[in-house]
Amino acid sequence: MTRSQTIRWVFKPTLFLSCLLPLALLVWNFLQDNLSANPLDDITDETGTWTLRFLMVTLSLTPLRKITGWSALQRFRRMVGLFAFFYGSLHFTTYLYFDKFFDFGEILADIPKRPFITVGFAALTTMVPLALTSNDRITKWMGGRRWKLLHRLVYVTAIGGVVHYLWLVKADTQRPLTYGAILAILLGYRLWDYWRPRVASRVNPLRSKGRLQPSLNGDEGDL
Amino acid sequence: MLIRQKDELPSSEITPERLYYNRREFIRLAGSAGLGLVAQAVLPEQLAAQERWPKGRKGPFDTDDEVNTYKEITTYNNFYEFGTDKSDPASNAGRFNPKPWTIRIEGEIKKPATYNLEDFIKTSKFEDRIYRMRCVEGWSMVIPWRGFPLADLVNKVEPTSKAKFVAFETVYRPEEMPGQKRPFLRWPYVEGLRVDEAMNPLTLLATGLYGKDLPNQNGAPLRLVIPWKYGFKGIKSIVKIRFVEKEPPTSWNLAAPDEYGFYSNVNPNVDHPRWSQKTERRLGEFFKRKTLMFNGYSDQVAHLYSGMDLMKNY
Repeated sequence: MTRSQTIRWVFKPTLFLSCLLPLALLVWNFLQDNLSANPLDDITDETGTWTLRFLMVTLSLTPLRKITGWSALQRFRRMVGLFAFFYGSLHFTTYLYFDKFFDFGEILADIPKRPFITVGFAALTTMVPLALTSNDRITKWMGGRRWKLLHRLVYVTAIGGVVHYLWLVKADTQRPLTYGAILAILLGYRLWDYWRPRVASRVNPLRSKGRLQPSLNGDEGDL
Repeated sequence: MLIRQKDELPSSEITPERLYYNRREFIRLAGSAGLGLVAQAVLPEQLAAQERWPKGRKGPFDTDDEVNTYKEITTYNNFYEFGTDKSDPASNAGRFNPKPWTIRIEGEIKKPATYNLEDFIKTSKFEDRIYRMRCVEGWSMVIPWRGFPLADLVNKVEPTSKAKFVAFETVYRPEEMPGQKRPFLRWPYVEGLRVDEAMNPLTLLATGLYGKDLPNQNGAPLRLVIPWKYGFKGIKSIVKIRFVEKEPPTSWNLAAPDEYGFYSNVNPNVDHPRWSQKTERRLGEFFKRKTLMFNGYSDQVAHLYSGMDLMKNY
């Protein structure tokens, strides 16, 4: 197998199944009665937490690729990102069903009224266009530059997700702030990576001239 | 007086028939665990966890709602001294030692003193009370408490005319209570009631549930139960009761004054700023229930708040 085939037939399927593990474990624990006395809340909490985790992993792939130079990481980004959307959708469904029982009048009143619901709903919404534009043909049709611009929305998604978590806890902000710190590092790296060549070019304009060109190799840009 | 009616049903009548095991659960466990001594050691504990309070004669304050299991009540609750997850109290309360226990009663009373808890409650008249418990987070349980009316204690210590409020304080033991090592609430936990609220026959000082001593995670050895208020008013592991003239500070009010008021009566018409209080999930049920005014205890307590704006005094 070539390297590309290994990624396609070994790494990607393995990753796919791994990403389903949190859900499988949750279903198993639910059926085995291993969840708490309030299992519906547990399912809501778990799917929400995993949405945030998948967002963090998605956002860490590009920095990891740049630091390690392992370009294959690029090829896992879409799958992990789609799983963030998948868990986010499950999370939203638990809200619609277990919390509101599809009472849409109540839901429409609730979303604008409660800031943590508003920001959580907004964050999920920002993932919809990203998921819709995640297949190769649409990406090609859009063109790398526009695709890249659109997919920067994921920064908004992640910030929204952390704020949603922060605003729903009662007193103990340690966990949401931990996600906030991780996100700050991941976004901070991007800022630093963005400014580094520009600062360098001021010192030595010739050296970094190449870096100023948009580095669009193929359809996927840096995110 | 309402409280006398309770005497018609001494707890001794309930006690002997208390334990009954779910037959199918027993069969399932016995069948799956035919492994000799090890299984025998495990079985009683698992059965105790599935224990249900027997249906039967009810006292005047008891709800007819189905009582939650011992396991539900003792593995899912908030007791931030042991951590902020609902499973933390049960996981982390093992090191807590509620014996021996002293309690300080002071302030505007005839004779302030420190008591040994066992001596202090020796003469109290214990009863089992099946109360609804509504958490401010939107879930609820039905719990068979064992305790005595706080009014009995108030009468015993003879408050002066200056005593308008009662302030309570939880023990401060960061070595035994890991949550107290982190300052997300101001420790020790404090709570308070108006004296007339404290004197209401529903207000209970509990030392047990399900006919047993309080487990550590539920506030051993002594906690407050005020069924028409949100659960966090029920301060746990009490070491100090102080009678005061002015409204005392309360922990959640200090932490977020716009979200938690001094009164914190269960009220479906006053939302928590971040979520609705109209409905609640009774543990063990799928659909949500409508939350009742004063948690369904209006007849007994509504008069305490007549003329008060409950939107302001939340």
